[in-house]
Amino acid sequence: MIERHAYLLLKSWPRMASMAYYPTVTMIMWAFVTVYLRPTSNFLADAPGLFIGAVLLWDILFRGQLGVSLYSRNLGNLFVSPLRAWEMIVGQLVMSIIRTLIGVGAACFFAWLLFRFSIFSLGFPLIAFFVNLIICGWAIGLAVSGMVLRWGLGAEELAWAAIFLLAPVSGVYYPIAVLPGWLQTIAHMVPTSYVFEGMRFVLLDHQFRADLFWWALAINVLYMFAGVNLYLLAIGYARRHGMLMQMGE
Amino acid sequence: MAVIKPREAHASMSPVSTHTSAVVEVRELRKSFKHVDAVRGISFDVHRGTTTALLGGNGAGKTTTLSMLLGVLTPTAGSIRILGENMLRHPYRVLPRINFTSPYVDLPKRLTVGENLRVYARLYGVARPQARIDELAAELDLSDLVPRPYGDLSAGQRTRVSLAKALLNSPEVLLLDEPTASLDPDVGDRMRTLLEQYQKRSGCTMLLASHNMGEVERMCNEVIMLRAGLVVDQGSPLALLERYGRQNMDDVFLDIARDRVSPDHGASANGHGQGIVS
Repeated sequence: MIERHAYLLLKSWPRMASMAYYPTVTMIMWAFVTVYLRPTSNFLADAPGLFIGAVLLWDILFRGQLGVSLYSRNLGNLFVSPLRAWEMIVGQLVMSIIRTLIGVGAACFFAWLLFRFSIFSLGFPLIAFFVNLIICGWAIGLAVSGMVLRWGLGAEELAWAAIFLLAPVSGVYYPIAVLPGWLQTIAHMVPTSYVFEGMRFVLLDHQFRADLFWWALAINVLYMFAGVNLYLLAIGYARRHGMLMQMGE
Repeated sequence: MAVIKPREAHASMSPVSTHTSAVVEVRELRKSFKHVDAVRGISFDVHRGTTTALLGGNGAGKTTTLSMLLGVLTPTAGSIRILGENMLRHPYRVLPRINFTSPYVDLPKRLTVGENLRVYARLYGVARPQARIDELAAELDLSDLVPRPYGDLSAGQRTRVSLAKALLNSPEVLLLDEPTASLDPDVGDRMRTLLEQYQKRSGCTMLLASHNMGEVERMCNEVIMLRAGLVVDQGSPLALLERYGRQNMDDVFLDIARDRVSPDHGASANGHGQGIVS
């Protein structure tokens, strides 16, 4: 599976370029917002990488989800092969990591080159953030893949839309405390909110909040359980309704 | 239309037998969708080393049956045993030993032929993938196509590549869904020859869904006629030609598919022989 995806990915330079393009452009935009606001903002003066770090971490989530989502229309031959569902999932997850590293890696490189912000300035917590964000992206990506299997490629748009539902309650660019109470309750059920809160603690207070990490991880385990099961249920549904062979390109 | 000498039936063949040479055993297989009963309780055996055709008009249940045999469609009821294993319960014991080809199920178009074959060789656990690919490329005259993207190939070339994919794991059972559809007569004939050669060499069992009656007469030992999800007749091409008093399988097909009275013999398909046998 990994070999199949890798062949598809590596031979298409437009696809590789587009993976790097969006995160890089978004990062540049937020970097200029930082340049503009920094003279008038205390917290940006203290932590100029706040927005850039946020956009780069957000892209880990976004790329992680996109990387795992099923867009292949040539699944018939895969499903009649001895490929097991878990092998298919693992293949998608590994490719998601590769795609994320390509896309976000390019943006990180340009953040350092153009704005002298290194994502590695987050230090060890970067690994904790990466793990939580990519797991959350996988869980959503698998659920979206299930929808594509269940409702066909018409549901493809969901892959792009699904992740943005999380954006307002993740507190990517602002603290969760600014949300209304009821939205804060929802935010506390979303693992990404803990990650971005944690990032702000690291950049503003130079402190890694392990409790936020563990909360995010615990919720992610539930999300992943749900994502895998939705995906497997969708395969079962597609098998019962004869949809696996109907996905020819 | 030229009449091709049909192949004789396998000696031990019967509509449903418990003979041990049956490598595909289907019993009371049903598939109902929301508004359609696509397959309505069919039973048949396919014997080792033979080629059996599933024939029927559009919507007769051929592709539905093949899909259930391949494990990509869950039956509503019934049982499937392939190579002695319960396909519904243990599909992963069976899938490495069988394969499938259809012009309607594509391979990724942006991958080259070689990449596609390498991917599937790995999926099927082929021991020496590159050697097997080279062997098949030589046999199927694909060597020049190996570096080319699958999407750039003609229909005939794609069909040969799909056949190569289907032969990668040297399958004991090969399921073919209209393998020569949309091919010109020359390429179609080459495909049939390749399949016959493979079967002769390997003793592979083949189950073929086709609309090409010449192909059926040439390749098949046994024909299973489906109509509206039921097996309505079954036998060797020769036996069916005799039973319906026809010169070719096209006319037999029309007699059975339309359930019409034969002008020469004054009997309907169901009035002959087994009628609905499942």
